[in-house]
Amino acid sequence: AGAPLTDTVLPQVVPGADSSARQLCFAWGPAEVLVCETLFGRSGGSRSRCLAGAAAWALTDSVAGTEDGAPSSSRVFVVRRDQDIYIQTLRKLFNESHGIFMGLQRSEEELAGKSRKTQLVQVSKNYRSVIRACMEDMHQAAVSTRDPALQGQYSTQVSILSAMELIWNLCEILFVEAATAGPLLLRLLDWVRLHVCDVDSMVREVLSSESPSKHKLFWNVVDVFVLQGRMDEARHLLSKEASANPTSMNMYKILDDLMKKMPVPSLSNTQTLTELELKWQHWHEECQRYLQDGTFASNPHMESICKILLGDEDAILEKKELMTTWYHFLVTRLLYSHPTVKPMELRFYAQSSMDLFLGGESSPEPLDMILMAAFEFEMHQVIKECSIVLSNWWFFFHLTDLLDHCKLLQSHNLFLMHVIISGYLLFFFCFGSNMREFLLLEYASGLFSHHSLWQLGVDYFDHCPEYGRVYLELHIERIPLSTEQKALKVLRICEQRQMHEQVRSICKIMAMKALRNNRLGSALSWSIRAKDAAFATLISDRFLKDYCERGCFSDLDLIDNLGPSMLLSDRLTFLGKYREFHRLYGEKRFPEAARLLLTLMTAHIAPCSFWMTLLTDALPLLEQKEVIFSAEQTYELMRCLEDLTAGNPDKQKFQDDDIETTKVEMLRLALARNLARVIVKEGTVEGS
Amino acid sequence: AMEDVSAKFVSQKISRTRWRPLPAAALQPPDIFATGSWDNEDNRISIWSAGDLGNAGLNGEYHGEPHLLCDIQHNGDVMDMQFLDQERIVVASSTGTVTIFRHHQNNQTLSANHRWEKAHYHVDQDTSCGGAACTGVVCNNPEIVTVGEDGRINLFRADQKDAVRTIDNADSSTLHAVTFLRTTEILTVNSIGQLKIWDLRQQRNEPSQIFSLAGDRVPLHCVDRHPNQQHIVATGGQDGMLSIWDIRQGTMPVSLLNAHEAEMWEVHFHPSDPDHLFTCSEDGSLWHWDTSTNVSEKPSFLHQGGRSTAYLSHSTINQSVVSAWLSNDPTKDRMEITNLIPNQTLSVNSLDVLGPCLVYGTDAEAIYVNRQLFA
Repeated sequence: AGAPLTDTVLPQVVPGADSSARQLCFAWGPAEVLVCETLFGRSGGSRSRCLAGAAAWALTDSVAGTEDGAPSSSRVFVVRRDQDIYIQTLRKLFNESHGIFMGLQRSEEELAGKSRKTQLVQVSKNYRSVIRACMEDMHQAAVSTRDPALQGQYSTQVSILSAMELIWNLCEILFVEAATAGPLLLRLLDWVRLHVCDVDSMVREVLSSESPSKHKLFWNVVDVFVLQGRMDEARHLLSKEASANPTSMNMYKILDDLMKKMPVPSLSNTQTLTELELKWQHWHEECQRYLQDGTFASNPHMESICKILLGDEDAILEKKELMTTWYHFLVTRLLYSHPTVKPMELRFYAQSSMDLFLGGESSPEPLDMILMAAFEFEMHQVIKECSIVLSNWWFFFHLTDLLDHCKLLQSHNLFLMHVIISGYLLFFFCFGSNMREFLLLEYASGLFSHHSLWQLGVDYFDHCPEYGRVYLELHIERIPLSTEQKALKVLRICEQRQMHEQVRSICKIMAMKALRNNRLGSALSWSIRAKDAAFATLISDRFLKDYCERGCFSDLDLIDNLGPSMLLSDRLTFLGKYREFHRLYGEKRFPEAARLLLTLMTAHIAPCSFWMTLLTDALPLLEQKEVIFSAEQTYELMRCLEDLTAGNPDKQKFQDDDIETTKVEMLRLALARNLARVIVKEGTVEGS
Repeated sequence: AMEDVSAKFVSQKISRTRWRPLPAAALQPPDIFATGSWDNEDNRISIWSAGDLGNAGLNGEYHGEPHLLCDIQHNGDVMDMQFLDQERIVVASSTGTVTIFRHHQNNQTLSANHRWEKAHYHVDQDTSCGGAACTGVVCNNPEIVTVGEDGRINLFRADQKDAVRTIDNADSSTLHAVTFLRTTEILTVNSIGQLKIWDLRQQRNEPSQIFSLAGDRVPLHCVDRHPNQQHIVATGGQDGMLSIWDIRQGTMPVSLLNAHEAEMWEVHFHPSDPDHLFTCSEDGSLWHWDTSTNVSEKPSFLHQGGRSTAYLSHSTINQSVVSAWLSNDPTKDRMEITNLIPNQTLSVNSLDVLGPCLVYGTDAEAIYVNRQLFA
């Protein structure tokens, strides 16, 4: 399973970027890097260097994965960091693990001690089952596609996912569950059984054949079972062979008995380690006796099994092909020679097992190094090595987060780390902030760069104590607001987090859009939502301008229903009230209409620029058969008119403009006539 | 119960889920449903089978997850979706286009059957851009009514190329949803908290009645009418509030029920069992509102056996309890409210109920089917 990982070790070269002739410069984005060629020639050995925030990042001169390049002499390249999120099937991984991640953050500190550990192990298992489900989907996709390139891509992903699961499972045993001597071996056996699948097809073939004991691979399968500690299955197979060979019945019986009696650690606390060791010693001596007195000498297969039971390294190593990996060898070796191995002793056996297994023929691959680091309990090394070979932020972020919740990373607040991610070599110093935070920010930024996974990123930023908020603020503003519904979703995210600045900006963008589309009503509701008084004023002015031009209101349904939001801006209040005046007038409630009209001016609700229109609106009221304005009101109207004509610094305008002059004259005349009528009327009323 | 729910991650954010209507007199529970996606680079309409009923175990428990029958690419976000009949689905797009897709059941394919390009638009229909999102669609075969961000109402007929009727600027704010009140009347809700009735026989381009929320004009996002008592209407708002309106009286809702913590995206009365109501929300919850009278009566019909009996036997009870929606204080009286999705974090954008079955879709790119709603 280790092989494909080597393929992902980078760096690669950006096609078209000639770093040998020109120096390149970089600008770091949240999930992408801009690379451009500079005018400077290359001076030997110097490296581009850039600073970003608290972290200093240096870059190798070649980077990986390109999108496009502009065909000019000085070119800019967009380099995408995390390609994995663009693979359709993996979206399941991101979405489903988001749910698990959120559950883990919620569960924080609720439980203590043992039940907390059980909970964390369950979380770890949930993560793994998501990886496995993805693997199955990916495998299905690989099988069902006819495109060989795609098939290759899927198969690569299957191998990567399977390696991820292998590493995760081991970390779960060693770090999350922190299995102790005894149970540790059982867990490692499960781990090997689950992941060494290369022999599965052989086992199936033999078991399904008509008479397994006649099959040429029969003994291989028995060996596989023994090597994996699957004693019951091995004994079952052997019993078939025994019944076919009555002559060697006794030999079979003895071997069967040895296998049956083999003491194994138990998960329950019923036996102590000392008891186990004692029993094991006895059993070991018994095996030794049978081997020495040549009980199995007539059957080399059974003799070799007996040697394996005795933990004979050479005998086990002879079955190299059946184990396929050094870590299988390690676990088999532990099973038959050190069943009560303690966690801290693992490192010695692991190292020697790898050396023995590889035997200097081949050098360890990246996956081997990761597993070795895990056996050595070098957690940071595991994460570092993973980041070098897996171009996938998902894995090491979620693993780191889980380990952080196990309180395993907390003593490392200051460290220097170098990672290669998709081919960039990064050195970063983390002062004060920890690795979890760094990885979280990177992972969430990657999600935000995706067309539709950005929503998941929000929750991740929320759990980033130091910079999460700042990152979210920067990212959320870049989400394209294609529909109002999407805008509402983004807005909800911002409102829930009291991101007032972003709320305002989103509403403003939407209000501007609506305004451009001549949807004044929508524009107004957006500015009301943002409580943006200035913009509400702007829109109210557009309404009033429309009214002045067309002589009627548009969007009455909205203006008539402003409710309390009318108070948002003075201009909006005026708009609402002015519309109310028109309604009263339309309903022939003249005295109320007149009173409202006057208040609009005297209380300075109406903007000065609009007074002339209001006064003109008063004209028909002044001309009514019945007297509407009282003497006092008429005086006030007159004062308004004089204020307007006198107070206007732009006096010329009135004199130049014939229509305006005529209007003023008409108003004066009408006011005078009204005054005359009202004096007569009021005099009559008072006199009578 | 949660264990009756089967889920599937579909690698696309789901904006709409709809059961295919059952043929008249069908006794089988529904099986086929359609989904639409949004916010993807490549959005799709998909037809699913909820699963083979043959897989049901002895105790009637259900196994297996929904599986895809066929899908087709869709231009723009799917904003709304409605089955016109057994074979045709009308889809509203964020581009303003309304499309009828046909599901060919013999060879399991989907094809675009008819398309009204930019049925909703800003400023000018003929320019290259300028489409306005079509936010809602409702069908009453052969009639189709659509509403949009442009405040426009369109009346189409499935077999006619041009709109039968268009009301330009019907609303100055965004129309969020539409449903039929009666065959010639429709209900719309908008972004300033209004519920309007439009009589499509009238040539006047104005609503025949306007209802409105008091106080802050909280936008309304969804509307549904009681299937039997047509004067009872439910709407859901931006603040997650459920409003029940009696359109025979007043201009304000009869009751306001505190519900979700964020936008309520859909509200549905159970079509054959309308004392049950379902709502879903941006806050990631899906609520079941149950007014089916006193607790003492409940076990009697819930344990009548198979699923189909449970929902068929209900029509008789409706009349007596329907007023529960209009009682002055439904919360105090007899309403049981259950959140069907604890611990969900991302928005539940859509739900549909039919018979004993519920289907819903989320922004977490998953669809869920619950086939034993009343168990």
